[in-house]
Amino acid sequence: MAAVQWRSRGRNYEAELQRCRPEVALVEFGDYHPLKPIMVTDTKTRHGARKGSTSSSSSSSSSVPPDPLSSMLDGTDPLSMFAAASASETPAISRSASAGDLGRKRKEKEEEAVGADFEPWSSKRGEILARFTTTEKLSINLFMGSDRGKAPSPGSSAVSEKVRTRLEELDDLEEGSQRELLNLSQQDYANRIEELNQSLKEAWASDQKVKALKIVIQCSKLLSDTSVIQFYPSKFVLITDILDTFGQLVYDRIWSMCSDPRPLPDSFTVDDVNDTAKETCLNWFFKIASIRELLPRLYVEAAILKCNRFLNKSGIQETLPRLTAMIKGIGDPLVAAYTRAYLCRVGVEVAPHLKDSLNQNFFDLLGTFRQIGGESVRKQLALQRVEAPEYLTLYSPAISWILQCIAYRAPEPLLTEMMERCKKLGNNALLLNSVMRAFRPEFVADRATDFIGMIKDCDEAGFPKHLLFGSLGRSLACADPPESERLTILNEAWKVITKVRSPRDYVNCAEIWVEFTCRHFTKREVNTILADIIKHMTPDRAFEDAYSQLQSVIRKILTYFHDFSVLFSMERFLPFLDMFQKDSVRVEVCRSIMEIFIKHQLDLTRDPVILNAMLHICKTMHDSVNALTLEDERRSLALLIIGFIRMVSFGRDFEQQLSFCVEARATFCNLEPVLVQLIHTVNQLAMETRRVMRGSHSRKTAAFVRACAAYSFITIPSLSSIFSRLSLYLLSGQVALANQCLSQADAFLKAAVSILPEVPRSISVEGKLRSSESFLLDFTNNFLAMLLVVPDHPEHGVLYLVRGLLNMVQDYTWEDNSDAKVRVYVSALPLLAAMGQETYVYSVPKVDSNETLYGGDPKFLSEINKLCETLIGQILDHLKVLGRDEQGTRRQGALAFSLFGVLLAHGDLRNNKLSQLAVNLWNLSHKHGHCEPRVSVSSRPRLTLAETHFSKTSLPVIIELFSHLAVFCPQISY
Amino acid sequence: MSVTLDIRLKRANKVYREGEAVAGVIVLACKEPLQHHGISLSMEGVVNLQLSSKSVGVFEAFYNSVKPIQLISSNIEVAKAGKIPGGKTEIPFEFPLHTKGNKVLYETYHGVFVNIQYSLRCDMRRSLLAKDLSRNCEFIVHCQPQKAKVAPTPVNFTITPDTLENTRERSLLPKFLIRGHLDATHCVISQPLTGEVVLENSDVPIKSIELQLVRVETCGCAEGYARDATEIQNIQIAEGDVCHGLSIPIYMVFPRLFTCPTLETTNFKVEFEVNVVIVLHDDHLITENFPLKLCRV
Repeated sequence: MAAVQWRSRGRNYEAELQRCRPEVALVEFGDYHPLKPIMVTDTKTRHGARKGSTSSSSSSSSSVPPDPLSSMLDGTDPLSMFAAASASETPAISRSASAGDLGRKRKEKEEEAVGADFEPWSSKRGEILARFTTTEKLSINLFMGSDRGKAPSPGSSAVSEKVRTRLEELDDLEEGSQRELLNLSQQDYANRIEELNQSLKEAWASDQKVKALKIVIQCSKLLSDTSVIQFYPSKFVLITDILDTFGQLVYDRIWSMCSDPRPLPDSFTVDDVNDTAKETCLNWFFKIASIRELLPRLYVEAAILKCNRFLNKSGIQETLPRLTAMIKGIGDPLVAAYTRAYLCRVGVEVAPHLKDSLNQNFFDLLGTFRQIGGESVRKQLALQRVEAPEYLTLYSPAISWILQCIAYRAPEPLLTEMMERCKKLGNNALLLNSVMRAFRPEFVADRATDFIGMIKDCDEAGFPKHLLFGSLGRSLACADPPESERLTILNEAWKVITKVRSPRDYVNCAEIWVEFTCRHFTKREVNTILADIIKHMTPDRAFEDAYSQLQSVIRKILTYFHDFSVLFSMERFLPFLDMFQKDSVRVEVCRSIMEIFIKHQLDLTRDPVILNAMLHICKTMHDSVNALTLEDERRSLALLIIGFIRMVSFGRDFEQQLSFCVEARATFCNLEPVLVQLIHTVNQLAMETRRVMRGSHSRKTAAFVRACAAYSFITIPSLSSIFSRLSLYLLSGQVALANQCLSQADAFLKAAVSILPEVPRSISVEGKLRSSESFLLDFTNNFLAMLLVVPDHPEHGVLYLVRGLLNMVQDYTWEDNSDAKVRVYVSALPLLAAMGQETYVYSVPKVDSNETLYGGDPKFLSEINKLCETLIGQILDHLKVLGRDEQGTRRQGALAFSLFGVLLAHGDLRNNKLSQLAVNLWNLSHKHGHCEPRVSVSSRPRLTLAETHFSKTSLPVIIELFSHLAVFCPQISY
Repeated sequence: MSVTLDIRLKRANKVYREGEAVAGVIVLACKEPLQHHGISLSMEGVVNLQLSSKSVGVFEAFYNSVKPIQLISSNIEVAKAGKIPGGKTEIPFEFPLHTKGNKVLYETYHGVFVNIQYSLRCDMRRSLLAKDLSRNCEFIVHCQPQKAKVAPTPVNFTITPDTLENTRERSLLPKFLIRGHLDATHCVISQPLTGEVVLENSDVPIKSIELQLVRVETCGCAEGYARDATEIQNIQIAEGDVCHGLSIPIYMVFPRLFTCPTLETTNFKVEFEVNVVIVLHDDHLITENFPLKLCRV
């Protein structure tokens, strides 16, 4: 197959378009259409609709068709479902998985009875554990024997420590054993308690009820030990977990005893409980009533309070006040307060309607308040070297919890009464703090002025005032005080806050009040507050320890101020930002500002204040990028900056926009995606200019457009990604051409061609190394399509760019064993064929393409044909090479078929040689049976297209072709 | 060949009163049919008295253990010698709880020197080669409610250094004032003992306030009688230095089995007392004693 003579088929694009345009066929509603979502008809809804009228109504009723993707996910995607599941799981797990699923479910239900707006204990739990910590050494002292009490045998000191621990390990939790674990760190302590929890469950499971009870008693005894008092609240949390477990175990056991014929309903009454269960339950109560020590007796009875339901209707109602009264016997005020908290917790859980004992608990607590300042407490504090304010804060979880229980859905008068009682106690600060925390924010907000008065009256010595204002601020952040008082409140509060000396306390408090200020006041007040914070936090670089609070200030401001022109007109805002001097925090803050900006800035802006500030912020983000920055981090930063650039618009002032882009390029040179965006912006600018000028540039605009092109031309080389460079060159070339900048367009395209050899053979896509071949093929095809309209440069030869590209393609080191090069050749053929037409299929307005330049000059045409012939020659050579070995045949077939397709569509088959070539190619492609019928059938439309152009001479060829086709697709009728 | 013998009472709490019938089933479970020489069931109620060594001396205590007093005794043949089929066999029974003559059924009481106990005993005699089987099961008797109803009369008390007896040096005592009351000393056994105690003031911190329930058992015998007071239980009602002026509840449940209505017979007496014990910080004890009269209504 020596030289083939190429003749392009003459095309009448207009007519072809007409013919190809498919008839607009309306798809009937009932008809099947692959793009129509599959409708699972709901028979029920159909039923009603059918009766009335035609099916059109029914189809519209079911026209909320489930998108197959979303319907598969069924509303909640599996990930968030897991998250939700684990969220609901965690409290249960941390509550030390109380007694199986049955118990857990019931427990949850129980909590529901209180209502979802009641902050459950489980959420407080973690907070307390995190807040009350200690570095002191702790000890656990367990006497598993019956009341042998404090009798560490004097002889034991003679035995060496090692032997003693060994002996202790031996008896472990056996009867009469004594264990004293000393020098435990806080974590060890928690672990030990958890071990006890486990051994409780094991003992229970192995039917050692007495041992289980002993463990519980010993654990609750630990609560009377107030050494290392700072840890007490956490200890309380850990140990009450065990009590909860125990309570649930006992309840479940008695429950299961009654469930013989069928399980008890949730709302069972005493009559449903059988005698054996009652007797067992009674035994527990008798056993617990005989516990010697007060504290374990109280705690354990409270733990199984719920079991009273099995015995009689009024059991809980009678027990709660009794236990409440019994707590009066606890001497240590802290221990008593926490016991009350536990009782309230159990009470709320088991019998939420019994409010009286909650109130009584609180009043009793008030009654014993004077003890806190008492002699024995003071001695203890001196011994443990704990300051009074710190000691007082230990109370707050307990008191807050009690008050929360009381205040929950409590009527207004009750709360007022509570407040009055607190007032009577001389405005005890600790109490006041808890009241503000626990009562409804609305309630507090309505009386904010009163509260401020009370806070002022408190004596400074005990409880720090900034904590009080903190609590007040927290309430005011959620509820609004009366309009008229707001300013006074802010003034009064800030007067105190600004006097707080310790920067840490100050910022904690200030952070809370920022929200109130943002909610109700304008930028002026917020600005003042920012100034104050700056003043307090700057000395000694105090801000370094308060980044999280300062960040929260920013976050709060951002939630209330979405108008960035207002935001940035606050004088102190940017200086405030300057306080974030640690890089990571600084970037994070900038990032949060940017996120809000992108979310809330809806209109394009040219406000210099915003632009300056945002540029500053973006620059901060950009400057944080270094060699160690992760790819993801870069990407997200770039996205944020891009978001900003997109919002900038100077309207018709294009030149300013361009100069902004110049500035931005200088500022964000390290983030490639930003540069890419800038190039796009500039290209868009050029096109916008063209639109404004309606396609014909004046001298001034032409110069501007050239400036834009220049911008792109010098920016693109700084990108490192070769493919973004290539595609930007192409795009910018197109823009330049559209704007009649011929030489610029030429330069872009030439640059693109010249960097083609640099394309590496493999690139990393999403972290994986992949061959770049397909990208390169895509690009060249794209490029070829563009070349049709690019006029030849007068100083260079005919088809200078096409030849250049093909040369590059030829010289490029393709992968071994790859057909890519030949594929490019195959796809160059249609271009060349199109170039030979009298009128081109598309053109750029106001730009003369080669059609007009050459005007169908035969020399030009023969040049094209020669090129085609060379290409075909190359392709055929390659086909031959492929035919040599076995593996190549499949590729040979495919390649031959694609060339066949091109010939059919673009070649003039009246030419005998070409038609013969086509037939040969067809045979070649089917020789090894690799060509799939489906693919070849798809060429049918092309065949019919070609058919009309064939002269009679080529009829046999067509018949031959068709007969081949018929073998593969007999279902097609001609 | 294993066989298990069990007695199951109908009532879960095993409490019966005089005149009622103690009903239940004997449960026999064996895998294969079982040959036996007869099964019998007996019911017995006994008062066991023991003299404490403290009152009468070690040897007398050893020898002179007082003869048990039988309150009730009856015996029935459940099954004649024969064969029991394999599997689970339940044989119901019923004993009327009636005394003979003028004997009274005292309430079940487990004490130190006095024990009043009722039990059922099932025996299965078997051939020489197999061991005889027997099973014991205690049941509880509550005596008839006492008709005489007494209105609770509160008993007030005040403890100051001056009210104390049995002190060596009154002058060394710290000052304190403790007031309080018991709601009643004539108590219903099924109801808790209640009252309150108030630490009005005290120079020294206190460590604990406890309620000590004490049984006083008196056994009469030929040589005279022995009277012994022992602790049943000790319940702490206040721990640590409690808030002054606050009323602390006194609350104690009378433990089952270890308490019974106050009992006075010709041969023995069972009485109860409660001590309110205040432990001072230096482990000094201040005790106020209250005799109790328990009854069942």
